[in-house]
Amino acid sequence: MNHHEMIRLTALQMAEELRKKTFSSVELTRAHFERIYEIDGTAEAGIHAYLHLNEDEAYAVAAEVDAIRAAGGAEAEQLHPYAGVPIAIKDNIVTIGQPTTAASKMLEGWMSPYDATVIRTIRAAKLPILGKNNMDEFAMGSTTEYSAFGVTRNPWDLNRAPGGSGGGSAAAVAAFMAPWALGSDTGGSIREPAAFTGTVGTKPTYGSVSRYGLIAMASSFDQIGPHARTTADAAALHQLIAGHDPKDATSLRTSWDGLLDAAQNQDLRGMRIGVLDELQGPGFTDEIDRQFETVLDMLRDAGAIVSIVECPNIKYALPAYYLVVPSEASSNLARFDGLRYGNRVVPHEGATAAEVMAASREAGFGDEVKRRIILGTYALSAGYVDAYYSSAQRVRTLVQQDLNKAFEKVDVMIGPTTPTVAVPMGEQVSDPVSMYLDDVVTTPANLAGIPAISIPGGTADHGMPVGMHIQGPAKADEVVYRVAAGLERLIEEATGVPFYDRAPELTAAVTMEGERL
Amino acid sequence: MSDLTRDQIRHLSQLAHLNLTDEELDRVSDELDQIVDSVARVQEAASEDIEATSHPIALTNVFRADVVRGVLSQEEALSGAPEAETGRFKVPAILDEDDR
Repeated sequence: MNHHEMIRLTALQMAEELRKKTFSSVELTRAHFERIYEIDGTAEAGIHAYLHLNEDEAYAVAAEVDAIRAAGGAEAEQLHPYAGVPIAIKDNIVTIGQPTTAASKMLEGWMSPYDATVIRTIRAAKLPILGKNNMDEFAMGSTTEYSAFGVTRNPWDLNRAPGGSGGGSAAAVAAFMAPWALGSDTGGSIREPAAFTGTVGTKPTYGSVSRYGLIAMASSFDQIGPHARTTADAAALHQLIAGHDPKDATSLRTSWDGLLDAAQNQDLRGMRIGVLDELQGPGFTDEIDRQFETVLDMLRDAGAIVSIVECPNIKYALPAYYLVVPSEASSNLARFDGLRYGNRVVPHEGATAAEVMAASREAGFGDEVKRRIILGTYALSAGYVDAYYSSAQRVRTLVQQDLNKAFEKVDVMIGPTTPTVAVPMGEQVSDPVSMYLDDVVTTPANLAGIPAISIPGGTADHGMPVGMHIQGPAKADEVVYRVAAGLERLIEEATGVPFYDRAPELTAAVTMEGERL
Repeated sequence: MSDLTRDQIRHLSQLAHLNLTDEELDRVSDELDQIVDSVARVQEAASEDIEATSHPIALTNVFRADVVRGVLSQEEALSGAPEAETGRFKVPAILDEDDR
């Protein structure tokens, strides 16, 4: 099998071929680095999904896995089934031995002295870490144009954004530069880039995956989850990283062992699927609506029971999100002041602590981060806290109640992940309100802590991917995977090829010479 | 329009330890005005009798035995510090700021 064929396998297929010794982990890792060197390029010309490559360590882990498999015996039998399959990591998850910057100048060059719990799990399973992915600074943004180290581009059309904030991870997976990646989702940062890049992304139930070692944006919303090219791959990675962690006080004591099985049970007969009345029509492009209707027909034909459900307060979810998240973010980011954390700027000799803090934060933070810190400070300030922050927290209650009520009638809810396909680069940088509207579908799941997934649901405007968003009740991640996998199968049957194989063929000529830029 | 003024933005940025330039103040004032307008409607839905939710799952205090466990070494803990001196974090003086 040549390198081109190797990287186009799913992560689970790679794992199987490694176990059968069709190829080695070193070969597989090399194939991915070759692909990265061929097409990733820079922010000026290329996809720019990676901020840092971790070659030495990745090859060392791969060689170790190969040696254990070659030796056979008890140690080989104890290897994790996915050992040797490479992975990429969003740059807000801390890793020993590689920079962790959250795409901010504030943390440029910082090396963590400890690993996030998910990274410890990845290392224990011996998955070679290819490198760290680009993102919107401190995970704030819906396009990956707010990275301090330059934009990431969408592999389906280099003139368009890959979505945010995990655009680097999604683009790496979409362009076969990694079979899977870890991201974080505060209001859609895994699911929205999945929708824009034709990949699969999951926001697990809040508390299912440890947040220890994730650089916090909004602690009651953030959740680590998988980026992948198939639902089964996402479920497999989710199952690997899920579980109770004593280092995270919000970690649930729930078993998540059935996720992959659920993703392989694609039977949709009798599944009750709800369509949210409030998240249709205005704001969604006609082509997205049409593609959604096609998907609903497919689900009905497969035996699912589709009905309209109402969540009257869902229209307040996005404004509530954009009040509470900046409030939590302004608090979480207060530690980055050049004194306690972050790069220090001393404006003049004998500068006071306050002057050092202000100069460090001015130099270290980008526009979107500053905007949200000030918005959060405003929402929490005396005189406004009741009108904004407290009201938004009450809306959170209403949204949770609405969703709970809806899930008494249906097993899951489905809709398009985003109102439009991937936006042209630069279009939303000057219009934050428009950018925030991209998150209208995804934010309720974070407000309520419920699981949600985005899978490719076909193509629409300009041949760009459309994401379909499936969400279920808290802890019902299995059900979400089952429906997602069923729909994925229907879409594949309709076209004859896995969706990820429909991505444009990228070559060095396209990405480096800028023919399509 | 919201009642957010340029002076308020300047005050908020000072509270948040952010030095904004005049140009940034102009831009942020316009943008925040629009953002606050678009999010203010949470007040329509949120009557006083509705309980606020701060967290998606019920939280309980987590306790552990007060025993020493694996921790970072002093060297590891200081490895990411902007400045260190004699094994400690070094930060600008705070207590005597008023004397300067």
